[in-house]
Amino acid sequence: MKKTPLYEKHLALGAKMTPFAGFEMPVVYTGITEEHLAVRNQAGMFDVSHMGEFLVKGKESLELVQHLTSNDAAKLFPGRIQYSCFPNERGGIIDDLLVYRLADEDGSPAFMLVVNGANIEKDWAWVNANNKFDAELTNVSDQTALIALQGPKAGDILSSITPLEVAEMPYYHFKKGEVAGLSNILVSTTGYTGSGGFEIYAANDQIGPIWDALMEAGEKHGLKPTGLGSRDTLRLEMGFCLFGNDITDETSPIEAGLGWITKLKKGDFIGSDKIKELKEKGIKRKLTAFTISDRRVPRHGYPIYNESEEKIGEVTSGTQSPSLGHPIGLGYIDIDYAIEGNPVFVGAGRKMLKAQICKLPFYKNA
Amino acid sequence: MNVPKDLKYTKEHEWIRVEGDEAIVGVTDFAQSELGEIVYVEVETVGEELDKDEVFGTVEAVKTTSDMFMPISGEVLAFNEELDEDGEDNPAAINDDPYGTGWIVKIKISDPDELNDLLSADEYGELIS
Repeated sequence: MKKTPLYEKHLALGAKMTPFAGFEMPVVYTGITEEHLAVRNQAGMFDVSHMGEFLVKGKESLELVQHLTSNDAAKLFPGRIQYSCFPNERGGIIDDLLVYRLADEDGSPAFMLVVNGANIEKDWAWVNANNKFDAELTNVSDQTALIALQGPKAGDILSSITPLEVAEMPYYHFKKGEVAGLSNILVSTTGYTGSGGFEIYAANDQIGPIWDALMEAGEKHGLKPTGLGSRDTLRLEMGFCLFGNDITDETSPIEAGLGWITKLKKGDFIGSDKIKELKEKGIKRKLTAFTISDRRVPRHGYPIYNESEEKIGEVTSGTQSPSLGHPIGLGYIDIDYAIEGNPVFVGAGRKMLKAQICKLPFYKNA
Repeated sequence: MNVPKDLKYTKEHEWIRVEGDEAIVGVTDFAQSELGEIVYVEVETVGEELDKDEVFGTVEAVKTTSDMFMPISGEVLAFNEELDEDGEDNPAAINDDPYGTGWIVKIKISDPDELNDLLSADEYGELIS
């Protein structure tokens, strides 16, 4: 099992560790609800160094990224980021990712692709197998650490340890510069919580001093170390997809509500013919949000039924919502039933839970 | 991890405290620690005669759902009202005090011989170590 450079800090903070994506990761420090609410109301800091980073450069770097990903990377400029996915040849999803447009190198565009930790090996094999271009790929995952500083106080905290102007940076942009006295640190306005904030990429030996500086600067703002447990409840309240649950090799981005990152007009890319075909024929199922009026919590894999007790879908993610105080879930539901306000039922063992289909996000920032 | 000596245990992480021909059942300190923050406890079996290993209720934690099993056969006499959603609604008592205020059900023992099949504190302590 691998350890991130912050492993010893997590132990010292009393974190409960769990194996995730091949790493020993902190799942919770003091309590999921407390950590969740810290991010919503003040700030939280996550070690997400398990995430993977691939660099792309060379004369045809853009052509490779366009071939591999569903979103239109030609729209990017240095300092701009987009959410995207790697479709497979059947139009399913190999992984979702962030595409960072780095500064040009040798007169050609350069990119950083940030992929899910659990998928690094699979993705690395995939991008290389499909590199029929004059483009050079480098896997820097093992040398790169990542902190997500999230929440309404994140700007105040980060500003106090960097000369970079980060407070006014719009969403999905990045800058490179000095952070905690260390140079060449990448700071982006990204995250997976819906409460704003930053992700900070640094070399393994730089991340410890940055973590410590942020902890110290964050103390008066109520900053808490936050684990993967609250990361999951935060993302689910926003309806952000989790690979392996809500999106998989078998789900289309169109079914998953990710049509907005699927730019068929940009030209052909892997899987684009299948995605186009599905879009024209119309989808049969849709990733749908629902709440439960019962106190029981829907979980991944629970069946979903209509009023005649016919199976119409399956839960892909579910939790008790710490912000809302009631259970929430996502699942693929037959398109005929995936209508807001429609009553459906979730099977929890011998029990049928009454659910109502609703809009995303579950949680709306004030 | 707290494993009181005077209780008997199951491999499914329930504890049982015998009081004459009745017994109190809950989940162990180890179980509550693994589950994390408990947000709801559902027991709809009060008044029912259940066999050993049958499900008597369900615990919902933020991250996971877990069924609870009868350590021995018996009738479910009562559910701890403190944990009940219609009562004070404090399922966190299971996290705070799993062997005390966080007890879950009271049962009537059908066959005291079944108690011999349960784990001692030492055996349970070994199981979770």
